[in-house]
Amino acid sequence: MSLNKKMSPPKGSPGNSLAREFRKNRSLFVLIGPGVLFTFIFSYIPLLGLYFAFTRFNFRDGLWNSPFVGMKNFDFLFKSSILLTITENTILYNIAFIIFGNLTAILAAVFLSEIASRSFKKITQSVMFLPYFVSFVLISAFVYNLFNYEYGTLNNILKGLGKEPVDLYSEVGIWKYILVSFHVWKQLGYCSVIYMAAILGIDEGIYEAAEIDGAHVFQKVWYVVLPQIVSTFFVILMFNIGSILKGQFDLFWQVIGNNSLLYKATDIIDTYVYRTLTTTFDMGMATAAGLYQSVFGLILVSVVNYILRKKSPENALF
Amino acid sequence: MFKRDKYQITFNILGFSYILVMCVFCLVPFWLLISGSFTSERYVITNGYSFFPGEFTLDAYKLAFGTSVSVMKAYGVSIGITLAGTFLGLMLMSMTAYVLSKKEFKYRGQFAFYFYFTMLFSGGMVPYYILISTYFKWTNNYLALIVPGLMSPWLLFLLRNFMNSIPESIGESAKIDGATEFVIFTRLILPLSKPGLATIGLFLGLGYWNDWFNASLFIRDSSMFPLQYFLQNIIQSTEFARKSMMSGIPFSVDTPTESLKMATAVIATGPIIFLYPFVQRYFIKGLTVGAVKG
Repeated sequence: MSLNKKMSPPKGSPGNSLAREFRKNRSLFVLIGPGVLFTFIFSYIPLLGLYFAFTRFNFRDGLWNSPFVGMKNFDFLFKSSILLTITENTILYNIAFIIFGNLTAILAAVFLSEIASRSFKKITQSVMFLPYFVSFVLISAFVYNLFNYEYGTLNNILKGLGKEPVDLYSEVGIWKYILVSFHVWKQLGYCSVIYMAAILGIDEGIYEAAEIDGAHVFQKVWYVVLPQIVSTFFVILMFNIGSILKGQFDLFWQVIGNNSLLYKATDIIDTYVYRTLTTTFDMGMATAAGLYQSVFGLILVSVVNYILRKKSPENALF
Repeated sequence: MFKRDKYQITFNILGFSYILVMCVFCLVPFWLLISGSFTSERYVITNGYSFFPGEFTLDAYKLAFGTSVSVMKAYGVSIGITLAGTFLGLMLMSMTAYVLSKKEFKYRGQFAFYFYFTMLFSGGMVPYYILISTYFKWTNNYLALIVPGLMSPWLLFLLRNFMNSIPESIGESAKIDGATEFVIFTRLILPLSKPGLATIGLFLGLGYWNDWFNASLFIRDSSMFPLQYFLQNIIQSTEFARKSMMSGIPFSVDTPTESLKMATAVIATGPIIFLYPFVQRYFIKGLTVGAVKG
């Protein structure tokens, strides 16, 4: 929509005023030009590729000449229950990420902001923030170190305790907890920094009033701090929901990789698309799943935004 | 009074224990990697990885740095794409953010939405892959690792928020003195947004340094792998480790492959841990500004 406004100004007064604006502020248009062009090439042109979602790709006919099949790819994804599994996993994992991610971060932020010692605060905050900075590839090194059947630390400890080593790759259920743990590990520091900033912004007067009323520290946290950081929670929530669109591909791919035994419990839309793209080269199917994810994400963000606009308009994104 | 102290003590005990547990949780994986990287191959094969190196040795590091140029090459690739990407990305985004922050620019709302929309809806992985590989033909080309990441809407809006806080009157008075937009931008706005540029640049640089995804899609030639993708291949395949590290050396039981995986992980993460204390506060600043709705 906004694209049209830029590329082909509609006739009538708005177009004329764009032209007038261009004459008046030519240098501003020159400055923003490269950014607009870049975004057009790397974000808008790929939208044309969504056409592949409606074709049955084969190498002989190539991308644009493969037969047009309408909604058949989507039909297949629905009927083969692939879509159901990956949607369910995507939603459930993200709910778990949001709950545990925010819970651990809020706790850390509340404790850190109430604990007096500055150096303790500084050091521990740095330690918790560290995982945010490292590459997701490092997580696959951790997974290998911890859970590898032959050399893993876990089995090493189990053997030390006189127990049988476990092959975690045959225990599908356990990977849910591993994924959520690594998610918490990665973003605990990041999230708690944001909550701490929110707590720092609370009006001192409210604290003092609560203290005069004789509130003890738990009451202060419950009645003063928590209500004040609700709006921060909503900002982070919107952010998290927006990122469903992009998935948590890095995390899932680095922890699970191409491990077909675990798909049922750990396959999300992104991993399915990536695998389809890089192993079976079924461009049509992969694009269809990707399009489904984009639409799904857009609807989700719009719905949550709509609810926010009704309940607390100041937190709505648009 | 006494009762209140009791609550405070309970709270402090809970708080300190929780924070300490979380810190241990955050550090343990790093500790295991470091311990593993110093353990001799023989010990890992018979006993597995553990919290302390059973037989201490530097073999893995000697192998990683000594007998092969692969790690150093991957280092060079990563440093190159990080510097180039961060520099070009900052240029592109600062120009764009500047215009978006100009209140006198009438269409800034529409243009902002033009960039914002890409966060809400995208073509997904496949059209992106096709664009880069089929149309630009950037397979086995460093451009595939640099160019696509130059702009991120999130960082763009972060930078715009920084620039919004610069008083408009500074630019206006310069304009009255006859300065052009380019002069205002390069001589006044850019120097004034240094803290913002530092934060954005660090986020951007971190993204480039940690990226493995673009390499996994577009780089086939293992001598062109950036560090993180190189590490991923080392971890996932012993075969790759042998081929890329030990060409020419006879393989024996003592040749570190298991500890080499851990040592490579340490080497790939080292620079970040080293720079971390210096840059942390910029990230915190960026995050707290970014959390405020743009």
